[in-house]
Amino acid sequence: MLIKLTGGKVYDPANKVSGELRDIYVEDGKILAGVPDARPDQTYDIRGKVVMAGAIDPHTHIGGGKMTIARMLLPEDHQGDPVARTELTRAGCGHAVPSTHLTGYRYAEMGYTACFEPAMLPANARQAHMEMGDTPMVDKGAFAMLGSDDFFLRQLSEKKDFEAIKDYVAWTMHAAQAIAVKVVNPGGISAFKFNQRKLDLDEEHAYYGVTPRQIILNLARALKELGVTHPLHIHGCNLGVPGNMETTLDTIRAADGLPIHLTHIQFHSYGTEGDRKFSSGAPQIVELLNKTPNISIDVGQVLFGQTCTASGDSMRQYAIGKSAHPKKPVTMDIECDAGCGVVPMRYRDKSFVNALQWTIGLETFLLFEDPWRLFLTTDHPNGAPFYTYPHLIRLLMDKSFRDEMFQKLNADAQSQSILPSLKREYTLDEIAILTRAGPARSLGLKDRGHLGAGAAGDITVYKDNKDREAMFATPELVFKNGELIVKNGKVVKVVQGATHVARPDYDRSIERPLKDYFERFHTVSLENFKLADDEIVTGDKGSIVVQPTAARMA
Amino acid sequence: MTATSELFESVACPFCGMICDDLSVERNADGLKVRKAGCGRAVAGFERKLPAASPQVRGRDVPLSEAVAAAADLIGKSALPLYGGLATDVEGMRAAMALAERSGGVVDHALSEAQYRNFKVLQSVGWTLSTLTETRNRADLIIIAGTDVAALHQRFFERIVAPKESMFGVTAKKRTVVIIGKGLDQAARKASVGKVVTLPCKPDQAGEVIGALRARLRGFSLDKLDIGGVKLADIDALAELCREAKYGVVVWAPAAFDVPHGEMSVDQIAGLVKDLNTTSRFAGLPLGGAEGATTAASVATWQSGYPLRVSYASGAPEFDPYRYSIARMLEAGEGDLLVWTSSYSPELAPPATKLPAIVLGTPGIKLPQSTEVFIPIGTPGVDHAGRLIRVDAVVSLPLKNLGRSDLPSAADVLSGIEAALWVWSLPC
Repeated sequence: MLIKLTGGKVYDPANKVSGELRDIYVEDGKILAGVPDARPDQTYDIRGKVVMAGAIDPHTHIGGGKMTIARMLLPEDHQGDPVARTELTRAGCGHAVPSTHLTGYRYAEMGYTACFEPAMLPANARQAHMEMGDTPMVDKGAFAMLGSDDFFLRQLSEKKDFEAIKDYVAWTMHAAQAIAVKVVNPGGISAFKFNQRKLDLDEEHAYYGVTPRQIILNLARALKELGVTHPLHIHGCNLGVPGNMETTLDTIRAADGLPIHLTHIQFHSYGTEGDRKFSSGAPQIVELLNKTPNISIDVGQVLFGQTCTASGDSMRQYAIGKSAHPKKPVTMDIECDAGCGVVPMRYRDKSFVNALQWTIGLETFLLFEDPWRLFLTTDHPNGAPFYTYPHLIRLLMDKSFRDEMFQKLNADAQSQSILPSLKREYTLDEIAILTRAGPARSLGLKDRGHLGAGAAGDITVYKDNKDREAMFATPELVFKNGELIVKNGKVVKVVQGATHVARPDYDRSIERPLKDYFERFHTVSLENFKLADDEIVTGDKGSIVVQPTAARMA
Repeated sequence: MTATSELFESVACPFCGMICDDLSVERNADGLKVRKAGCGRAVAGFERKLPAASPQVRGRDVPLSEAVAAAADLIGKSALPLYGGLATDVEGMRAAMALAERSGGVVDHALSEAQYRNFKVLQSVGWTLSTLTETRNRADLIIIAGTDVAALHQRFFERIVAPKESMFGVTAKKRTVVIIGKGLDQAARKASVGKVVTLPCKPDQAGEVIGALRARLRGFSLDKLDIGGVKLADIDALAELCREAKYGVVVWAPAAFDVPHGEMSVDQIAGLVKDLNTTSRFAGLPLGGAEGATTAASVATWQSGYPLRVSYASGAPEFDPYRYSIARMLEAGEGDLLVWTSSYSPELAPPATKLPAIVLGTPGIKLPQSTEVFIPIGTPGVDHAGRLIRVDAVVSLPLKNLGRSDLPSAADVLSGIEAALWVWSLPC
């Protein structure tokens, strides 16, 4: 089946195409190079429309135990948003933490064709993949969380051979079926179990004696030498703490040329100036980042309304539990592997702190120069639910709209912020980089995030509307592997989506010490800890795409 | 059944919520034999001889396809089918949810009355919890609240309370076990832990004892305290143990608080953990979760947004933890069809009901008089492969097909019914 999309304005920054009128041909799910004499089986006349690759969310909490805790915790979040089944789609509900099927439908209806769960605990990987398996429409993938797991901390404190650390990192990626690795409050989740309440970059873990700096450097170097495309995904120390900008600046310097990704950096960009000892650190942080090409970031923008924060960072989530709304925080210590914290949160534009968080995120977006190193996220659902993305895109693209929203903020926050002086308006090219080309390149998705020959036929067609919120909220057409799945913002065909993984080489003999460790300390056997391919590919459902890794460095 | 014998290792046991996975099970011509690491419940479960069973419609043996068609016919005509039992695995629960959605039914698990004592607390005040491996390696104080843990999980003391080794040097000898409730301490006394303290009240008074403990920890004076024989001095001694603990874990199974508003006991436990966490580390560890209860609640939650007790009568999920308790609905004469799934133990039979019933059950299950359709199904992890979520709702285990029988899985039967329903409901 050959389909042709005729006459759209194509924004495909990976292939340096910027708003040019182009025809796109898709056959057997893949985009073809131009086929001038072709006789397409189906033609879509999209003259005047904007065409981009399907959008990719590189950091969205869509699957795993903490999300199901959040769902279970918040019936009041769901009751206002029930969705009935149709002949095509399953029922579900939920605003901040929607049910799995609804998550898939709503992402696709917003023009997204791939979503990555950034905080998969290896001990919980099986459930995370089961939940993602029940999330249709989009491709999926997950980052394995390491850095507070006792096997790694023992390796580090016992000064094991670095090759063994690499083997363990790679083994974990295979066992948990991950595409990347994330560290969350490095060592801090474990330290919290030993009753440490904070752990700064150079502070020692009370039991292991190692520091977050050592953990970050070892994991970042391991991933680089394993040839994993996405660099270490770092949720740094001291999330949400006033003054944490200094830790963030130190972390940036600590990388010392190693590639790293700093996630939801907004939550790590707080100063202590002003009467309330809370201020924006975005200008200083972004100034340094603009000069540091080895580091990419995503923002974790806060937008106002009810949501629920859910994180592996049990230490910091416990601490912010006192701000929970409604007042029912959950914390878990998990399996000598990690932890989690789920804290419902209502961000208010009249709150000084929340308003400042909003401005800090936007300052980060507007000051950051290289769109290839910046990804658009709200850290769903932590800063806001993912369906606020169109609103966020409008804030970035429309200065007058931004000013209008700014006027509604808490007055003290307004008086502190430099936001009104930032005149930048994002272009469609830049939005296409932030929401598809950049994440695809960073995650190593060779055939996603662009519209060149050989790319998957994941394509989103928008009406070119001056109201960018309306434009990005309701794409006219969305194709997944060349099949039309969404029309006028509604699902017309349900597809399953693939699971993307990366499988760096490792020495299998790492399973000897691992087997010993599991037998002595764990409650699950090594064999059953590992997730088999046929748990993701079940019957006619699901598929695995192994994305390439570079050759391992010794 | 195949005649060749086969030994399976690292077998996960689906017969209680702990899902121990260090068993070895041999299959030979006589059936299954647990060769390593099975508790009594595991041996009974794996080695049970299945009585012969055939699909039946109104007591008459029929081929499976006919039973499936009859079930689809009943469900298609039902205005409000009740999907109860739900003792199955992840795939079975997925299929049950899809069928309940399509047929506008209500979803609830056989043991959810107990689980709801926990969910009510979670949904009103939140909590701090631990998991099995974390507790095994870290807990220096384990407080067991009103629960006969050994009866629920025979290997809990061996594997979690008194393991041979601990990662952090918290050996069994350095552990203190406190049992609130009389007659519950035999297993603890047999385990070689450093110290066992018993507060001999009635088990369902554990919440009251913990309430007094919280008051004393906060410095309130209490006079003339006597909670079923537990005196103020006992409470104060426990308060001291709590203050000294580095990582305390409060263990309970919500089934133990089978009294009106038993959730108040769980609320006290969550509150105690919350109070103590301000200065030291404490966590709760809820137990139970047999019969796939944790799996049913988890899958229901990620697919519908709610932990069971959901009605799809309107097409969208509607949650009401009181109204959509299937046990209550049956007593009140609500609903017009019971669809009961029970794949682990024959004891988990449908409650007495006048409603016509479709039973998907392990052979040997007692059928109510009103059974219209019976379909024998396999046990996940015995007759077919599957996946099951452990009682801590974090870890899930793969279950092996040990080849005991060729019985179909609940998932296959429920999906088959849904497919038949789909044909049935097509316009002519």
